[in-house]
Amino acid sequence: MEHRIGVFVCHCGTNIAGTVDVKRVAEALAKHPGVAYSTDYTYMCSDPGQNLVKDAIKKHRLTGVIVAACSPTLHEATFRRAGTSAGMNPYQVEMANVREHCSWVHQGDKEQATRKAIRIVRTMVEKAKLDEALVPIEVPLTRRALVVGGGVAGIQAALDIANAGYEVVLVERSPSIGGHMAQLSETFPTLDCSQCILTPKMVEAAQHRRIRLMTYSEVEDVAGYVGNFRVKIRKKAAYVNRDVCTGCGLCVTKCPAKTPSEFDEGLAPRKAIYTPFPQAVPNKPVLDAEHCTYFKNGKCGVCKKVCPVSAVDYEQKDEIVEEKVGAIVVATGFDLYPMAKMGEYGGGKIKDVVTSLQFERMLSASGPTTGEVKRPSDGKVPKEVVFLTCVGSRDPEGHVPYCSKVCCMYLTKHAMLYKHKVHDGQAYLFYMDVRTGGKGYEEFYQRASEEDDVLYVRGKVSKIFEEDGKVVVWGVDTLTGKKVEIAADLAVMGLAMVPSAAAQELANKLKIHADEWGFLSEAHPKLRPVESLAPGFYLAGAAQGPKDIPEAVAQASGAASKVAALFAEEVYHREPAIACIDEDLCAGCRICVSVCPYNAAEFDEEKKVARIQEAICEGCGACIAACPSGSAQQRNLTDDQIYNMVSAALED
Amino acid sequence: MFEPRIVCFFCRWCTYAGADLAGTSRKQYPPNGVVVRVNCSGRVDPQHVLWAFREGADGVLIGGCHPNDCHYQDGNYKTMRRVALLKPLLEQMGIEPERLRLEWISAAEGEKLVGVMNGFVDAVRALGPLEYGPIAERVGGPRPTGLAAKAAAGTTGKKPASKKSAKRAVKTPAKKTAKRAAKKPAKKTARKITKKAPKRTGRSAAKKRAR
Repeated sequence: MEHRIGVFVCHCGTNIAGTVDVKRVAEALAKHPGVAYSTDYTYMCSDPGQNLVKDAIKKHRLTGVIVAACSPTLHEATFRRAGTSAGMNPYQVEMANVREHCSWVHQGDKEQATRKAIRIVRTMVEKAKLDEALVPIEVPLTRRALVVGGGVAGIQAALDIANAGYEVVLVERSPSIGGHMAQLSETFPTLDCSQCILTPKMVEAAQHRRIRLMTYSEVEDVAGYVGNFRVKIRKKAAYVNRDVCTGCGLCVTKCPAKTPSEFDEGLAPRKAIYTPFPQAVPNKPVLDAEHCTYFKNGKCGVCKKVCPVSAVDYEQKDEIVEEKVGAIVVATGFDLYPMAKMGEYGGGKIKDVVTSLQFERMLSASGPTTGEVKRPSDGKVPKEVVFLTCVGSRDPEGHVPYCSKVCCMYLTKHAMLYKHKVHDGQAYLFYMDVRTGGKGYEEFYQRASEEDDVLYVRGKVSKIFEEDGKVVVWGVDTLTGKKVEIAADLAVMGLAMVPSAAAQELANKLKIHADEWGFLSEAHPKLRPVESLAPGFYLAGAAQGPKDIPEAVAQASGAASKVAALFAEEVYHREPAIACIDEDLCAGCRICVSVCPYNAAEFDEEKKVARIQEAICEGCGACIAACPSGSAQQRNLTDDQIYNMVSAALED
Repeated sequence: MFEPRIVCFFCRWCTYAGADLAGTSRKQYPPNGVVVRVNCSGRVDPQHVLWAFREGADGVLIGGCHPNDCHYQDGNYKTMRRVALLKPLLEQMGIEPERLRLEWISAAEGEKLVGVMNGFVDAVRALGPLEYGPIAERVGGPRPTGLAAKAAAGTTGKKPASKKSAKRAVKTPAKKTAKRAAKKPAKKTARKITKKAPKRTGRSAAKKRAR
């Protein structure tokens, strides 16, 4: 084929022309084989500049266009649009970066800069010669979303997607949705009752006509790709037919077996057949076989006997349900850093050293102490309480290096609520820094320290131990440089937030990226904070990093809007410059299958060749570099193109 | 002064953007390198590097995202391993492994890019032009057994630039094509070579004649 490449050298005012002799570049390229037209202009991106390109495409019947100007990140889209309007395939319009990579970095040496500019443009001309006309890949869409995790982020995402008009499957592994927010007493900085603002949302999600709620279920496996996921969900055996159950609660009352309640963080017992909390959604019990007398020794069966609708079914088995969805929102939330790892603070063995979530349950009106602050060891009202921030957080040597972001605020809230309940009590709060970034947060902190007399001590606590029924806290006040020793009644740990253990398992199953601590990675830390790098996966809430409720909700709504935007199209369009495999050359060694980070390369057992699933391939090129037969190639960046570009870059 | 020619394979997400940042910050560095933009440093095939040396590059710089920052999850780790394997191979071919460098430069590290460019150009300049004779000469002559042997033979160190250009000038187009066919990885099938070789031969022949 005859190449007819057009080269358009931009002056960019004096940005390029000041350092590079643009006329010489245009002239040199005019002589380059395959170049049909070469010119220069003051501002190529201006309307007259773009018209120059469009006219030349038509007049000289160009097969490719090189705009020698700024970085492709800036104006590639501009010129591709211009090319398209002149009837050219956009993927045959390329930028040669002679500004950021040449004129701006070689100022003062016009001769060398000009020669380099010529080499850069020539390199791109060689690429353009072999550029093919490509069309974006169209992928069919299942306009239905899966939301994994039924905490506040998951609920919000599900509601937003459902309200946008698309069906949602909301999967939650515990018996009720609500997540950690349902456990909280009141929320900072407004001190709204957490359940009062959350339960209406829970009910709305459960009753929404477009939301299919699957509690006590876990994602087992995900196959497919954006727009076309096939998800296997394990519905764990609840041993209660939840369709029949009326939620009367008689079985729960009569059940003789007790075990510590997860919802109450072990501060109170629950039955073996239970609903986690009174406002649970769905408000129907599940049977925990591990602690059930009937399952342990075959005797009992009280729940079955008392159930008025015969909903209890000991023969129930786990069930695998397959759902087809087009997008997946991962909102798997967080856990607290295990207290057992905090040996210096008793390692979880001291009864009156409690975690922040335990303290939340103590403060909660629906909690085990009905909102009264009582220490777990003897039920006495504690008169001196020590609150510790950064327990595990910001400790790169021993624990995790990151800031858990919400502990300063919730411990301030804890101390404030404690003071509201125990007026003659003293609250101490040890801190490294008090971080109050957020609307109304600083004012809240000021209120705690000034109006509620919470004593803030700047320093770390080195040791906590039991002595004479007291919890002795050894710390240091770094502002005075003095050692502080407090014989307290109760100590509350602001433990680091870590991604939930299930989240890490799930991230592996979904093949989405997580950071070294297990928090899911966003596609771009600033500009794509709610998407995962793997297409079709979106992130919401603390699964992506420590965050407070407003942030989690905002991110969930963001993720939902991304899903809605994806679903708004009839089909999904993808970048076509991806890998492809020449079946005639493929030896079927499957190296590409093993190197592909997205599982886009698959092996065709019939033809014994590898194949790239166009809908998944991201175009990284790892398979191409690894392919020993040269059958894998990247569209518009083939090995031949690279060889030619290298040669052109080295010619004088 | 000898001005080395350098080919830079930069990943689009980190190092290419880092080079853009160096530009927008008007940081100055020597103009010896020309960038070939790839989506990921993992796209760089060792054969691309060999081809660059074959085509007269004195140095090859590969720039990728920092470990754990790869836009494609782990392409940079693949590159790291490939480069580690390629370096001893280069040495066996009589090419100083220092002529190939892999650097992690993020989109925020315009400053680092400038430092790397300066350092690499200086390093390659100190090595002198890459002596890369036709394969036939090598096969016929004493087998080089790496740098040590080369040093013993007194062939390392700075060489005048003129020697190289002289050498380049005497290359005949026919020889170049033959060499390309021989050197070009065997995996490139006959189909591809016939597709490409005539086109390139014509062009380089014309150019060589012009010279």
